[in-house]
Amino acid sequence: MIKIENLKKSFGKNEVLKGISTEIKEKEVIAVIGPSGSGKSTFLRCINRLEEPTSGKITVGGTLITDKNVLKVRENLGMVFQNFNLFPHKTVLENLIYAPMNVKGVSKNKAIEKAEDLLRQVGLFEKRNEYPNRLSGGQKQRVAIARALAMNPTVMLFDEPTSALDPEMVKEVLNVMKSLAESGMTMIIVTHEMGFAREVADRVLFLEGGYLVEDAAPEVFFNSPKSDRARAFLDKVL
Amino acid sequence: MFDFSKVIPSIPYILEGIGITLQIVIFATIIGLVLGILLALCKIGSIKPLKWFAEFYTSIFRGTPLVLQLMLIYYAMPQILGFNIEPMPAAIIAFGLNSGAYISEIIRAGINAVDKGQQEAAKALGVPYSKMMKDIILPQAMKNILPSLMNEFITLNKESAIVTVIGALDIMRRAYVVGGDTFRYLEPLLIAGIIYYIMTLVLTFLGKMIEKRMRRSD
Ligand SMILES: Nc1ncnc2c1ncn2[C@@H]1O[C@H](COP(=O)(O)OP(=O)(O)OP(=O)(O)O)[C@@H](O)[C@H]1O
Ligand SMILES: [Mg+2]
Repeated sequence: MIKIENLKKSFGKNEVLKGISTEIKEKEVIAVIGPSGSGKSTFLRCINRLEEPTSGKITVGGTLITDKNVLKVRENLGMVFQNFNLFPHKTVLENLIYAPMNVKGVSKNKAIEKAEDLLRQVGLFEKRNEYPNRLSGGQKQRVAIARALAMNPTVMLFDEPTSALDPEMVKEVLNVMKSLAESGMTMIIVTHEMGFAREVADRVLFLEGGYLVEDAAPEVFFNSPKSDRARAFLDKVL
Repeated sequence: MFDFSKVIPSIPYILEGIGITLQIVIFATIIGLVLGILLALCKIGSIKPLKWFAEFYTSIFRGTPLVLQLMLIYYAMPQILGFNIEPMPAAIIAFGLNSGAYISEIIRAGINAVDKGQQEAAKALGVPYSKMMKDIILPQAMKNILPSLMNEFITLNKESAIVTVIGALDIMRRAYVVGGDTFRYLEPLLIAGIIYYIMTLVLTFLGKMIEKRMRRSD
């Protein structure tokens, strides 16, 4: 589904990703973990080109991403941000139908139908005419997930989707993500929720200092990490 | 000291200047707004030559006196163009070009104040740049832009008095003419001052109303 070859990214002189290669299969759920500043967000953002890679190749569904086809590729890559980034001047429903209508040319009726389905799925149908600032953090994030899903993406990217939430709201968002994973969505999730990673992920990518240090099944990674660096990290967070 | 008796018959004549002043200010603002949006888009865009041009344009128009710009257009341009420009169009062009520079800065600041995450969210959804600007960024930027824009409009309304130097018959010019005719300058100038002041108060009030309505729609 996604193939990443020798991905490097520098900000000025600061090399943040130092050659990352991996392959993500269809329906796979990947947890990306690692210490702060290790390049997790940058890794994720290179996949949909919110950051321009310095070098390396990324193919999505067999298509090599270039500057030319990036908009087309992004339609297939849903992204959910730590800070939700809902459009504050649009209602919940308008947030969901905007891109399908304006990017894909879906008719308004079709877009609304799909949006209402998704809102039911994330349990927010009755909020469809509210503005985002009337929602709690957890509700905002569920809307953001629904908004990304409204484009019918083949892959969903999550950048710490629960880090900006009050603890009591983390669960509702994780539950939505879990059922999404169970429905067979391909997902790449940057997260600090170790329990969630362990339970839901098929594979864990451990980044440290711009390197992909470990790439293993969660049982393996959490029970018997190979590297000292992963061990030290787990000692700190678990 | 005050003797309004000689000036009173001329008050309607001075008041007619309000129309002229408003015409200059309104048309200049429209030009300034269109120009300001274009320049602001150049400034925040990624095309280097356009960026440089917009920056250069702004620094020239902000860095030289408005009166000079006005006189260049009214008195000096005919030398290049080979035909005369009427005072009104000259005033509208000068003020329009000038306020374009100021308005572009207002718009640029308003756009920059919109959370970066909004652009990222739009990009991540595959929204093309022009639609992102039109539907996502500019509507949010308007909230930051509108109050400053109203200020610019009020400033322009007062500053427009300098069109008197090219003989456009605005409030200021008319007061001056009446002064010359009656040999009394104090009264007509006071009347002009009162008119400008009331206009400013009214515009300020309108601006506050608009701001309030926008805040309610939050
Ligand atoms: N736009 C940018 N310009 C310059 N440096 C950046 C930029 N984005 C990230 N960096 C730097 O790249 C490094 C990695 O950042 P990144 O956000 O990918 O880390 P992270 O693993 O997601 O960390 P966290 O867990 O804190 O989110 C950091 O040192 C950061 O300062
Ligand atoms: Mg991050």
